Amino acid sequence: MLEVCHLSKDYGPFHAVKDISFTANPGEVVGFLGPNGAGKTTTMRLITGYLPPSAGEVKVDGLTVRTNALEAKRRIGYLPELPPIYPELTVNEYLHFVGRLRRLPARQRQQAVERACQRTALSDVRHRVLGHLSKGYRQRVGIAQAILHDPPLLILDEPTAGLDPRQILETRQLIRELAGNHTIILSTHILSEVATTCQRVVIINKGELVAVDTPDNLTHRLKRTETLLLQVRGPEALVTPTLERMDGVLQVAFQQAQQGVGAWQVEAREPAVREAIARRMVENGWGLQEMRPLELSLEEIFLSLTANQEQPPAPLALPPGQNDTGAIA
Amino acid sequence: MSGMFAVMRKEWKTYFITPAAYVVMALFALVSAFFFYSMLAVFVVQSLGGEFGGGGNLNVNAQVLQPLTFDIGITLLFLLPMITMRLYAEEMRGGTMELLKTSPIRRMDIILGKFFAAFGLLLVLLFIAALYVAVVAHYGQPDLRSAAASFLGLALLGGAFLSIGLLISSFTKNQIVAGVITFVLFLLLWVSDWVTAYGNGAIAHVISYLSVTAHLQNFTQGIIDLKDVVFYLSLIVAGLFLTARRMELAE
Repeated sequence: MLEVCHLSKDYGPFHAVKDISFTANPGEVVGFLGPNGAGKTTTMRLITGYLPPSAGEVKVDGLTVRTNALEAKRRIGYLPELPPIYPELTVNEYLHFVGRLRRLPARQRQQAVERACQRTALSDVRHRVLGHLSKGYRQRVGIAQAILHDPPLLILDEPTAGLDPRQILETRQLIRELAGNHTIILSTHILSEVATTCQRVVIINKGELVAVDTPDNLTHRLKRTETLLLQVRGPEALVTPTLERMDGVLQVAFQQAQQGVGAWQVEAREPAVREAIARRMVENGWGLQEMRPLELSLEEIFLSLTANQEQPPAPLALPPGQNDTGAIA
Repeated sequence: MSGMFAVMRKEWKTYFITPAAYVVMALFALVSAFFFYSMLAVFVVQSLGGEFGGGGNLNVNAQVLQPLTFDIGITLLFLLPMITMRLYAEEMRGGTMELLKTSPIRRMDIILGKFFAAFGLLLVLLFIAALYVAVVAHYGQPDLRSAAASFLGLALLGGAFLSIGLLISSFTKNQIVAGVITFVLFLLLWVSDWVTAYGNGAIAHVISYLSVTAHLQNFTQGIIDLKDVVFYLSLIVAGLFLTARRMELAE
Protein backbone atom coordinates (compact mmCIF):
# COMPACT_ATOMS: atom_id res chain seq x y z
CA MET A 1 0.00 0.00 0.00
CA LEU A 2 2.69 2.42 1.04
CA GLU A 3 6.32 2.16 0.05
CA VAL A 4 8.87 4.60 1.37
CA CYS A 5 12.21 4.18 -0.36
CA HIS A 6 15.41 5.84 0.82
CA LEU A 7 13.61 9.05 1.69
CA SER A 8 15.74 12.05 2.64
CA LYS A 9 15.04 15.71 3.27
CA ASP A 10 17.77 18.29 3.73
CA TYR A 11 17.46 21.90 4.71
CA GLY A 12 20.87 23.20 3.69
CA PRO A 13 23.41 21.38 5.83
CA PHE A 14 20.69 20.12 8.19
CA HIS A 15 19.35 16.64 7.51
CA ALA A 16 15.78 16.53 8.75
CA VAL A 17 15.23 13.03 7.41
CA LYS A 18 18.05 10.66 6.43
CA ASP A 19 17.51 7.66 4.18
CA ILE A 20 14.29 6.26 5.64
CA SER A 21 12.74 3.16 4.08
CA PHE A 22 9.76 1.14 5.21
CA THR A 23 6.52 -0.26 3.86
CA ALA A 24 2.98 -0.59 5.12
CA ASN A 25 0.67 -3.39 4.00
CA PRO A 26 -3.02 -2.90 3.29
CA GLY A 27 -5.06 -2.68 6.48
CA GLU A 28 -2.03 -2.32 8.70
CA VAL A 29 -1.60 0.28 11.43
CA VAL A 30 1.96 1.50 11.60
CA GLY A 31 3.08 3.62 14.51
CA PHE A 32 5.65 6.28 13.99
CA LEU A 33 7.51 6.77 17.21
CA GLY A 34 10.11 9.35 18.06
CA PRO A 35 10.87 12.24 20.39
CA ASN A 36 9.96 15.76 19.40
CA GLY A 37 12.15 16.93 16.55
CA ALA A 38 12.98 13.40 15.40
CA GLY A 39 11.59 14.05 11.93
CA LYS A 40 8.16 12.43 12.31
CA THR A 41 6.25 15.39 10.95
CA THR A 42 8.73 15.98 8.15
CA THR A 43 8.48 12.34 7.07
CA MET A 44 4.70 12.55 7.05
CA ARG A 45 4.81 15.74 5.01
CA LEU A 46 7.06 13.98 2.53
CA ILE A 47 4.65 11.04 2.28
CA THR A 48 1.63 13.29 1.72
CA GLY A 49 3.43 15.35 -0.91
CA TYR A 50 3.31 18.58 1.09
CA LEU A 51 7.09 18.70 0.87
CA PRO A 52 9.18 17.36 -2.00
CA PRO A 53 11.91 14.95 -0.88
CA SER A 54 15.58 15.78 -1.44
CA ALA A 55 16.14 12.15 -2.38
CA GLY A 56 14.20 8.92 -2.52
CA GLU A 57 10.55 8.43 -3.30
CA VAL A 58 7.18 7.55 -1.85
CA LYS A 59 4.73 5.22 -3.56
CA VAL A 60 1.08 4.96 -2.66
CA ASP A 61 -0.74 2.08 -4.30
CA GLY A 62 2.16 1.90 -6.73
CA LEU A 63 1.78 5.59 -7.65
CA THR A 64 4.79 7.82 -7.07
CA VAL A 65 3.65 10.84 -5.06
CA ARG A 66 6.12 13.18 -6.71
CA THR A 67 5.35 12.41 -10.34
CA ASN A 68 1.75 11.26 -10.09
CA ALA A 69 0.73 13.74 -7.44
CA LEU A 70 -2.99 14.16 -8.12
CA GLU A 71 -3.79 10.46 -8.32
CA ALA A 72 -1.65 9.62 -5.31
CA LYS A 73 -3.07 12.46 -3.19
CA ARG A 74 -6.59 11.26 -3.94
CA ARG A 75 -5.73 8.08 -2.05
CA ILE A 76 -4.37 9.82 1.02
CA GLY A 77 -6.19 11.32 3.99
CA TYR A 78 -3.96 13.50 6.10
CA LEU A 79 -4.36 14.95 9.57
CA PRO A 80 -1.50 17.43 10.10
CA GLU A 81 -0.08 18.23 13.51
CA LEU A 82 -2.44 21.19 13.80
CA PRO A 83 -5.92 20.47 12.45
CA PRO A 84 -6.08 22.55 9.24
CA ILE A 85 -9.31 24.40 9.93
CA TYR A 86 -10.76 27.74 8.87
CA PRO A 87 -12.01 29.30 12.11
CA GLU A 88 -14.75 31.31 10.41
CA LEU A 89 -16.49 28.37 8.71
CA THR A 90 -18.97 25.98 10.34
CA VAL A 91 -18.16 22.26 10.59
CA ASN A 92 -20.61 21.56 7.79
CA GLU A 93 -19.29 24.26 5.46
CA TYR A 94 -15.74 23.20 6.15
CA LEU A 95 -16.32 19.52 5.43
CA HIS A 96 -18.19 20.35 2.23
CA PHE A 97 -15.26 22.52 1.15
CA VAL A 98 -12.87 19.65 1.84
CA GLY A 99 -15.18 17.36 -0.13
CA ARG A 100 -14.99 19.74 -3.08
CA LEU A 101 -11.21 19.87 -2.80
CA ARG A 102 -11.18 16.08 -2.96
CA ARG A 103 -13.54 16.22 -5.94
CA LEU A 104 -16.45 14.32 -4.50
CA PRO A 105 -19.58 14.89 -6.59
CA ALA A 106 -22.40 16.73 -4.79
CA ARG A 107 -24.57 13.78 -3.78
CA GLN A 108 -21.65 11.64 -2.71
CA ARG A 109 -20.25 14.61 -0.81
CA GLN A 110 -23.40 14.98 1.26
CA GLN A 111 -23.22 11.33 2.24
CA ALA A 112 -19.50 11.50 2.93
CA VAL A 113 -19.99 14.47 5.26
CA GLU A 114 -22.81 12.65 7.10
CA ARG A 115 -20.70 9.55 7.52
CA ALA A 116 -17.56 11.36 8.64
CA CYS A 117 -19.56 13.37 11.20
CA GLN A 118 -21.10 10.21 12.57
CA ARG A 119 -17.83 8.37 12.88
CA THR A 120 -16.16 11.23 14.67
CA ALA A 121 -19.24 12.10 16.79
CA LEU A 122 -19.56 15.58 15.34
CA SER A 123 -23.21 15.45 14.37
CA ASP A 124 -24.40 17.74 17.17
CA VAL A 125 -21.88 20.51 16.42
CA ARG A 126 -22.29 20.48 12.65
CA HIS A 127 -23.63 24.01 12.48
CA ARG A 128 -21.21 25.54 14.92
CA VAL A 129 -18.36 27.77 13.84
CA LEU A 130 -14.99 26.02 14.01
CA GLY A 131 -13.31 28.90 15.81
CA HIS A 132 -15.68 28.41 18.75
CA LEU A 133 -15.03 24.69 19.16
CA SER A 134 -12.79 23.19 21.82
CA LYS A 135 -9.45 21.61 21.03
CA GLY A 136 -10.95 18.12 21.23
CA TYR A 137 -13.66 18.92 18.70
CA ARG A 138 -11.21 20.60 16.36
CA GLN A 139 -9.05 17.51 16.45
CA ARG A 140 -12.08 15.41 15.56
CA VAL A 141 -12.90 17.76 12.70
CA GLY A 142 -9.32 17.22 11.58
CA ILE A 143 -9.87 13.46 11.59
CA ALA A 144 -13.24 13.87 9.88
CA GLN A 145 -11.66 15.76 6.97
CA ALA A 146 -8.94 13.10 6.69
CA ILE A 147 -11.41 10.22 6.38
CA LEU A 148 -13.99 12.18 4.35
CA HIS A 149 -13.16 10.70 0.95
CA ASP A 150 -12.62 7.24 2.43
CA PRO A 151 -8.97 7.08 1.39
CA PRO A 152 -7.12 3.76 1.46
CA LEU A 153 -4.18 5.43 3.24
CA LEU A 154 -4.54 7.57 6.35
CA ILE A 155 -1.67 9.63 7.70
CA LEU A 156 -2.36 10.92 11.19
CA ASP A 157 0.19 13.20 12.82
CA GLU A 158 -0.22 12.88 16.60
CA PRO A 159 -3.96 12.26 16.49
CA THR A 160 -4.30 12.23 20.29
CA ALA A 161 -2.14 15.24 21.11
CA GLY A 162 -3.91 17.77 23.29
CA LEU A 163 -6.97 15.64 23.98
CA ASP A 164 -8.33 14.76 27.41
CA PRO A 165 -8.08 11.11 28.57
CA ARG A 166 -11.60 10.20 27.48
CA GLN A 167 -11.13 11.71 24.05
CA ILE A 168 -7.82 9.86 23.75
CA LEU A 169 -9.59 6.56 24.39
CA GLU A 170 -12.32 7.47 21.88
CA THR A 171 -9.77 8.43 19.27
CA ARG A 172 -7.85 5.18 19.73
CA GLN A 173 -11.11 3.28 19.43
CA LEU A 174 -11.87 5.15 16.21
CA ILE A 175 -8.43 4.32 14.84
CA ARG A 176 -8.96 0.66 15.61
CA GLU A 177 -12.31 0.80 13.82
CA LEU A 178 -10.75 2.47 10.80
CA ALA A 179 -7.95 -0.08 10.62
CA GLY A 180 -8.72 -3.01 8.39
CA ASN A 181 -10.36 -0.90 5.71
CA HIS A 182 -7.57 1.64 5.75
CA THR A 183 -3.83 1.54 6.02
CA ILE A 184 -2.95 3.91 8.82
CA ILE A 185 0.31 5.61 9.63
CA LEU A 186 0.14 7.47 12.91
CA SER A 187 2.81 9.29 14.77
CA THR A 188 3.07 9.64 18.50
CA HIS A 189 5.54 10.00 21.27
CA ILE A 190 3.46 7.91 23.66
CA LEU A 191 4.67 4.34 23.83
CA SER A 192 1.47 2.83 25.20
CA GLU A 193 -0.46 4.30 22.29
CA VAL A 194 1.67 2.32 19.90
CA ALA A 195 1.27 -0.82 21.97
CA THR A 196 -2.53 -0.57 21.98
CA THR A 197 -3.21 0.48 18.40
CA CYS A 198 -0.36 -0.48 16.10
CA GLN A 199 0.71 -3.70 14.49
CA ARG A 200 4.10 -2.37 13.62
CA VAL A 201 6.34 0.37 14.95
CA VAL A 202 8.80 2.52 13.09
CA ILE A 203 11.16 4.29 15.45
CA ILE A 204 13.08 7.28 14.25
CA ASN A 205 15.54 9.50 16.00
CA LYS A 206 17.36 12.54 14.65
CA GLY A 207 15.91 11.85 11.21
CA GLU A 208 17.24 8.30 11.07
CA LEU A 209 15.44 5.00 11.18
CA VAL A 210 16.30 3.23 14.44
CA ALA A 211 14.04 0.19 14.32
CA VAL A 212 11.05 -1.34 12.55
CA ASP A 213 9.32 -4.13 14.46
CA THR A 214 6.12 -5.20 16.20
CA PRO A 215 5.52 -3.53 19.57
CA ASP A 216 5.85 -6.87 21.41
CA ASN A 217 9.13 -7.79 19.81
CA LEU A 218 10.47 -4.38 20.49
CA THR A 219 9.56 -4.46 24.15
CA HIS A 220 10.97 -7.96 24.53
CA ARG A 221 14.12 -7.09 22.74
CA LEU A 222 14.71 -4.23 25.09
CA LYS A 223 13.19 -5.50 28.26
CA ARG A 224 15.51 -8.33 29.25
CA THR A 225 14.85 -7.57 32.89
CA GLU A 226 11.97 -6.20 34.87
CA THR A 227 12.13 -3.05 36.91
CA LEU A 228 9.90 -2.79 39.97
CA LEU A 229 9.04 0.16 42.13
CA LEU A 230 8.66 -0.76 45.78
CA GLN A 231 7.25 1.29 48.65
CA VAL A 232 7.93 -0.29 52.00
CA ARG A 233 7.55 0.90 55.57
CA GLY A 234 10.78 -0.37 57.06
CA PRO A 235 14.37 0.64 57.93
CA GLU A 236 16.46 1.35 54.86
CA ALA A 237 19.55 -0.23 56.41
CA LEU A 238 17.79 -3.59 56.65
CA VAL A 239 15.53 -3.58 53.62
CA THR A 240 18.22 -2.85 51.06
CA PRO A 241 20.53 -5.76 51.98
CA THR A 242 17.55 -8.12 52.29
CA LEU A 243 16.45 -7.29 48.77
CA GLU A 244 19.95 -7.55 47.43
CA ARG A 245 20.40 -11.03 48.85
CA MET A 246 17.31 -12.41 47.17
CA ASP A 247 17.51 -14.78 44.20
CA GLY A 248 16.69 -13.22 40.89
CA VAL A 249 17.23 -9.68 42.07
CA LEU A 250 19.88 -8.05 39.97
CA GLN A 251 20.11 -4.65 41.40
CA VAL A 252 18.61 -2.51 44.13
CA ALA A 253 18.59 1.24 44.34
CA PHE A 254 17.19 3.12 47.32
CA GLN A 255 15.48 6.28 46.23
CA GLN A 256 14.00 8.20 49.13
CA ALA A 257 12.18 7.90 52.42
CA GLN A 258 9.19 9.87 53.52
CA GLN A 259 7.71 9.53 56.99
CA GLY A 260 9.28 6.10 57.46
CA VAL A 261 8.17 4.78 54.06
CA GLY A 262 11.04 4.13 51.71
CA ALA A 263 11.02 3.78 47.96
CA TRP A 264 13.25 1.33 46.14
CA GLN A 265 13.80 0.57 42.53
CA VAL A 266 14.52 -3.11 42.04
CA GLU A 267 15.67 -4.77 38.89
CA ALA A 268 14.59 -8.39 38.74
CA ARG A 269 15.39 -11.17 36.30
CA GLU A 270 11.79 -12.31 35.86
CA PRO A 271 8.28 -11.31 36.95
CA ALA A 272 8.04 -14.28 39.35
CA VAL A 273 10.47 -12.56 41.69
CA ARG A 274 7.66 -10.21 42.66
CA GLU A 275 5.94 -12.89 44.74
CA ALA A 276 9.13 -13.72 46.59
CA ILE A 277 9.75 -10.08 47.36
CA ALA A 278 6.23 -9.61 48.69
CA ARG A 279 6.53 -12.67 50.90
CA ARG A 280 9.91 -11.64 52.27
CA MET A 281 8.73 -8.13 53.12
CA VAL A 282 5.68 -9.45 54.97
CA GLU A 283 7.72 -12.13 56.80
CA ASN A 284 10.00 -9.42 58.11
CA GLY A 285 7.05 -7.46 59.36
CA TRP A 286 7.67 -4.51 57.03
CA GLY A 287 4.66 -2.81 55.56
CA LEU A 288 4.60 -3.42 51.81
CA GLN A 289 2.60 -0.49 50.56
CA GLU A 290 3.15 -0.61 46.84
CA MET A 291 4.83 -2.76 44.26
CA ARG A 292 4.45 -2.08 40.57
CA PRO A 293 6.42 -2.84 37.44
CA LEU A 294 7.87 0.22 35.78
CA GLU A 295 7.11 0.46 32.08
CA LEU A 296 10.03 1.10 29.85
CA SER A 297 9.67 4.73 28.94
CA LEU A 298 10.20 5.88 25.41
CA GLU A 299 13.27 7.67 26.60
CA GLU A 300 14.77 4.42 27.82
CA ILE A 301 13.92 2.68 24.58
CA PHE A 302 15.67 5.42 22.74
CA LEU A 303 18.64 5.38 25.01
CA SER A 304 19.07 1.67 24.59
CA LEU A 305 18.28 1.58 20.87
CA THR A 306 20.54 4.43 19.98
CA ALA A 307 23.20 3.18 22.37
CA ASN A 308 22.99 -0.25 20.75
CA GLN A 309 24.25 1.22 17.55
CA GLU A 310 27.40 2.57 19.06
CA GLN A 311 28.16 0.74 22.28
CA PRO A 312 26.85 -2.06 24.52
CA PRO A 313 23.53 -1.34 26.26
CA ALA A 314 23.87 1.31 28.86
CA PRO A 315 23.26 -0.17 32.32
CA LEU A 316 21.01 1.62 34.74
CA ALA A 317 22.92 3.54 37.36
CA LEU A 318 24.72 1.03 39.55
CA PRO A 319 25.66 1.58 43.14
CA PRO A 320 29.43 1.43 43.53
CA GLY A 321 31.01 -1.97 44.09
CA GLN A 322 28.49 -3.91 42.05
CA ASN A 323 28.57 -5.39 38.63
CA ASP A 324 25.49 -5.79 36.55
CA THR A 325 25.25 -9.58 36.75
CA GLY A 326 24.25 -10.08 40.31
CA ALA A 327 24.02 -9.00 43.88
CA ILE A 328 26.80 -8.85 46.38
CA ALA A 329 27.29 -12.16 48.13
CA MET B 1 -10.61 23.25 -12.60
CA SER B 2 -13.07 22.02 -9.94
CA GLY B 3 -10.31 22.51 -7.37
CA MET B 4 -10.05 26.14 -8.43
CA PHE B 5 -13.80 26.62 -7.98
CA ALA B 6 -13.68 24.99 -4.56
CA VAL B 7 -10.96 27.38 -3.40
CA MET B 8 -12.71 30.36 -5.00
CA ARG B 9 -16.00 29.52 -3.37
CA LYS B 10 -14.39 29.12 0.04
CA GLU B 11 -12.56 32.45 -0.30
CA TRP B 12 -15.65 34.26 -1.44
CA LYS B 13 -17.62 32.81 1.45
CA THR B 14 -14.92 33.85 3.92
CA TYR B 15 -15.04 37.44 2.62
CA PHE B 16 -18.72 37.69 3.37
CA ILE B 17 -18.76 35.79 6.67
CA THR B 18 -16.07 38.02 8.13
CA PRO B 19 -16.49 41.81 8.18
CA ALA B 20 -13.64 42.17 5.65
CA ALA B 21 -15.71 42.50 2.48
CA TYR B 22 -18.30 44.76 4.10
CA VAL B 23 -15.67 47.10 5.50
CA VAL B 24 -13.86 47.32 2.16
CA MET B 25 -17.14 47.88 0.31
CA ALA B 26 -18.40 50.50 2.76
CA LEU B 27 -15.15 52.45 2.81
CA PHE B 28 -14.86 52.27 -0.94
CA ALA B 29 -18.42 53.57 -1.32
CA LEU B 30 -17.75 56.38 1.14
CA VAL B 31 -14.52 57.60 -0.44
CA SER B 32 -15.58 57.22 -4.06
CA ALA B 33 -18.90 58.90 -3.33
CA PHE B 34 -17.06 61.85 -1.87
CA PHE B 35 -14.86 62.12 -4.97
CA PHE B 36 -17.87 61.85 -7.23
CA TYR B 37 -19.92 64.38 -5.31
CA SER B 38 -17.07 66.90 -5.18
CA MET B 39 -16.41 66.74 -8.88
CA LEU B 40 -20.05 66.86 -9.74
CA ALA B 41 -20.57 69.86 -7.46
CA VAL B 42 -17.70 71.75 -9.08
CA PHE B 43 -19.09 70.87 -12.49
CA VAL B 44 -22.55 72.09 -11.52
CA VAL B 45 -21.16 75.41 -10.22
CA GLN B 46 -19.19 75.85 -13.44
CA SER B 47 -22.14 75.01 -15.62
CA LEU B 48 -24.28 77.55 -13.74
CA GLY B 49 -21.52 80.07 -14.41
CA GLY B 50 -21.75 79.11 -18.07
CA GLU B 51 -25.39 80.06 -18.18
CA PHE B 52 -24.46 83.55 -17.09
CA GLY B 53 -22.01 83.90 -19.93
CA GLY B 54 -18.86 82.58 -18.26
CA GLY B 55 -17.09 79.29 -19.09
CA GLY B 56 -17.11 77.77 -22.52
CA ASN B 57 -16.51 74.14 -23.05
CA LEU B 58 -18.26 72.08 -20.49
CA ASN B 59 -17.89 68.35 -20.85
CA VAL B 60 -19.17 65.92 -18.29
CA ASN B 61 -16.80 63.25 -19.54
CA ALA B 62 -13.66 65.32 -19.25
CA GLN B 63 -14.59 67.04 -16.04
CA VAL B 64 -16.36 64.36 -14.02
CA LEU B 65 -15.94 60.84 -15.36
CA GLN B 66 -12.30 60.99 -16.40
CA PRO B 67 -10.95 62.32 -13.12
CA LEU B 68 -13.33 60.03 -11.27
CA THR B 69 -11.71 57.01 -12.97
CA PHE B 70 -8.31 58.04 -11.65
CA ASP B 71 -9.68 58.72 -8.19
CA ILE B 72 -11.27 55.27 -8.07
CA GLY B 73 -7.91 53.88 -9.14
CA ILE B 74 -6.29 55.63 -6.17
CA THR B 75 -8.95 54.29 -3.83
CA LEU B 76 -8.21 50.77 -5.11
CA LEU B 77 -4.52 51.41 -4.54
CA PHE B 78 -5.28 51.98 -0.87
CA LEU B 79 -7.83 49.22 -0.37
CA LEU B 80 -6.59 46.27 -2.43
CA PRO B 81 -3.42 45.64 -0.37
CA MET B 82 -5.73 44.97 2.54
CA ILE B 83 -7.42 42.23 0.58
CA THR B 84 -4.29 40.66 -0.85
CA MET B 85 -2.10 40.78 2.24
CA ARG B 86 -3.99 37.94 3.89
CA LEU B 87 -4.43 35.70 0.84
CA TYR B 88 -1.40 33.58 1.46
CA ALA B 89 -0.36 34.51 4.98
CA GLU B 90 -3.58 33.29 6.54
CA GLU B 91 -3.29 29.85 4.96
CA MET B 92 0.27 29.53 6.17
CA ARG B 93 -0.55 30.64 9.69
CA GLY B 94 -3.64 28.52 10.14
CA GLY B 95 -1.87 25.43 8.79
CA THR B 96 -4.54 25.16 6.11
CA MET B 97 -1.94 25.33 3.36
CA GLU B 98 -1.16 21.77 4.38
CA LEU B 99 -4.74 20.83 3.59
CA LEU B 100 -4.69 22.60 0.22
CA LYS B 101 -1.33 21.25 -0.86
CA THR B 102 -2.08 17.66 0.09
CA SER B 103 -5.41 17.72 -1.71
CA PRO B 104 -5.65 16.39 -5.26
CA ILE B 105 -5.59 19.85 -6.83
CA ARG B 106 -2.90 21.71 -8.74
CA ARG B 107 -0.87 24.54 -7.33
CA MET B 108 -2.42 26.80 -9.96
CA ASP B 109 -5.92 25.87 -8.73
CA ILE B 110 -5.08 27.38 -5.34
CA ILE B 111 -3.58 30.53 -6.86
CA LEU B 112 -6.32 31.10 -9.45
CA GLY B 113 -9.04 30.32 -6.91
CA LYS B 114 -7.71 33.01 -4.63
CA PHE B 115 -7.12 35.45 -7.46
CA PHE B 116 -10.58 35.13 -8.97
CA ALA B 117 -12.29 35.37 -5.59
CA ALA B 118 -10.48 38.66 -4.95
CA PHE B 119 -11.23 39.74 -8.52
CA GLY B 120 -14.91 39.07 -7.85
CA LEU B 121 -14.79 41.41 -4.88
CA LEU B 122 -13.11 44.01 -7.10
CA LEU B 123 -15.97 43.71 -9.59
CA VAL B 124 -18.44 44.36 -6.78
CA LEU B 125 -16.53 47.55 -5.93
CA LEU B 126 -16.58 48.62 -9.56
CA PHE B 127 -20.29 47.93 -9.68
CA ILE B 128 -20.74 50.38 -6.79
CA ALA B 129 -18.73 52.93 -8.78
CA ALA B 130 -20.81 52.26 -11.88
CA LEU B 131 -23.82 53.61 -9.99
CA TYR B 132 -22.25 57.10 -10.20
CA VAL B 133 -22.14 56.82 -13.98
CA ALA B 134 -25.78 55.78 -13.86
CA VAL B 135 -26.58 58.94 -11.87
CA VAL B 136 -24.79 61.10 -14.44
CA ALA B 137 -26.52 59.26 -17.28
CA HIS B 138 -29.87 59.92 -15.66
CA TYR B 139 -29.38 63.69 -15.59
CA GLY B 140 -27.04 64.24 -18.52
CA GLN B 141 -25.61 62.67 -21.61
CA PRO B 142 -22.22 61.23 -20.75
CA ASP B 143 -20.35 59.21 -23.33
CA LEU B 144 -21.22 55.73 -22.11
CA ARG B 145 -18.72 54.08 -24.41
CA SER B 146 -15.79 55.82 -22.79
CA ALA B 147 -17.29 55.18 -19.36
CA ALA B 148 -17.41 51.47 -20.17
CA ALA B 149 -13.83 51.59 -21.42
CA SER B 150 -12.81 53.30 -18.18
CA PHE B 151 -14.31 50.50 -16.16
CA LEU B 152 -12.58 47.91 -18.29
CA GLY B 153 -9.35 49.79 -17.60
CA LEU B 154 -10.07 49.83 -13.86
CA ALA B 155 -10.84 46.11 -13.82
CA LEU B 156 -7.54 45.40 -15.56
CA LEU B 157 -5.67 47.77 -13.26
CA GLY B 158 -7.28 46.21 -10.19
CA GLY B 159 -6.51 42.72 -11.52
CA ALA B 160 -2.86 43.68 -11.91
CA PHE B 161 -2.83 45.04 -8.36
CA LEU B 162 -4.37 41.84 -7.01
CA SER B 163 -1.94 39.63 -8.87
CA ILE B 164 1.06 41.59 -7.60
CA GLY B 165 -0.41 41.66 -4.10
CA LEU B 166 -0.89 37.89 -4.17
CA LEU B 167 2.73 37.44 -5.21
CA ILE B 168 3.98 39.64 -2.37
CA SER B 169 1.77 37.89 0.17
CA SER B 170 3.37 34.59 -0.82
CA PHE B 171 6.74 35.87 0.37
CA THR B 172 5.87 36.49 3.98
CA LYS B 173 3.75 34.98 6.72
CA ASN B 174 3.41 38.43 8.23
CA GLN B 175 0.32 40.18 6.95
CA ILE B 176 1.43 43.67 7.90
CA VAL B 177 4.74 43.30 6.10
CA ALA B 178 2.90 42.01 3.03
CA GLY B 179 0.37 44.85 3.22
CA VAL B 180 2.95 47.61 3.54
CA ILE B 181 5.20 46.32 0.76
CA THR B 182 2.23 45.87 -1.54
CA PHE B 183 0.95 49.37 -0.84
CA VAL B 184 4.34 51.00 -1.44
CA LEU B 185 4.85 49.05 -4.64
CA PHE B 186 1.43 50.08 -5.93
CA LEU B 187 2.24 53.68 -5.10
CA LEU B 188 5.50 53.50 -7.06
CA LEU B 189 3.74 51.95 -10.03
CA TRP B 190 1.15 54.71 -9.81
CA VAL B 191 3.62 57.60 -9.98
CA SER B 192 6.41 56.07 -12.03
CA ASP B 193 5.56 58.10 -15.15
CA TRP B 194 6.77 61.19 -13.30
CA VAL B 195 10.27 60.31 -14.48
CA THR B 196 9.33 61.45 -18.00
CA ALA B 197 9.15 64.97 -16.61
CA TYR B 198 12.91 65.06 -16.04
CA GLY B 199 14.57 62.10 -17.77
CA ASN B 200 14.41 60.64 -21.25
CA GLY B 201 17.02 57.88 -21.24
CA ALA B 202 16.27 54.21 -21.78
CA ILE B 203 15.84 53.58 -18.05
CA ALA B 204 13.44 56.48 -17.66
CA HIS B 205 11.53 55.06 -20.58
CA VAL B 206 11.22 51.63 -18.99
CA ILE B 207 10.21 53.07 -15.62
CA SER B 208 7.57 55.31 -17.13
CA TYR B 209 6.29 52.42 -19.21
CA LEU B 210 5.58 50.55 -15.96
CA SER B 211 3.26 53.33 -14.85
CA VAL B 212 -0.22 51.99 -14.32
CA THR B 213 -1.70 55.47 -14.66
CA ALA B 214 -0.25 56.16 -18.10
CA HIS B 215 -1.88 52.99 -19.38
CA LEU B 216 -5.19 53.99 -17.83
CA GLN B 217 -5.23 57.30 -19.73
CA ASN B 218 -6.41 55.86 -23.04
CA PHE B 219 -9.21 53.90 -21.42
CA THR B 220 -10.67 57.04 -19.83
CA GLN B 221 -10.86 58.61 -23.28
CA GLY B 222 -12.78 55.67 -24.61
CA ILE B 223 -9.82 54.19 -26.47
CA ILE B 224 -9.17 50.50 -25.89
CA ASP B 225 -5.62 50.11 -27.10
CA LEU B 226 -4.31 46.56 -27.35
CA LYS B 227 -0.97 47.83 -26.03
CA ASP B 228 -2.56 48.85 -22.71
CA VAL B 229 -4.63 45.68 -22.44
CA VAL B 230 -1.51 43.61 -23.02
CA PHE B 231 0.36 45.63 -20.41
CA TYR B 232 -2.16 44.89 -17.67
CA LEU B 233 -2.71 41.28 -18.71
CA SER B 234 1.02 40.61 -18.69
CA LEU B 235 1.27 42.06 -15.16
CA ILE B 236 -1.54 39.73 -14.08
CA VAL B 237 -0.05 36.66 -15.74
CA ALA B 238 3.46 37.44 -14.48
CA GLY B 239 2.18 37.89 -10.92
CA LEU B 240 0.28 34.59 -10.96
CA PHE B 241 3.10 32.70 -12.60
CA LEU B 242 5.71 34.02 -10.19
CA THR B 243 3.43 33.15 -7.25
CA ALA B 244 3.35 29.57 -8.52
CA ARG B 245 7.13 29.52 -8.84
CA ARG B 246 7.48 31.00 -5.40
CA MET B 247 5.21 28.32 -3.91
CA GLU B 248 7.22 25.64 -5.63
CA LEU B 249 10.55 26.98 -4.39
CA ALA B 250 9.29 27.51 -0.86
CA GLU B 251 8.74 23.78 -0.45
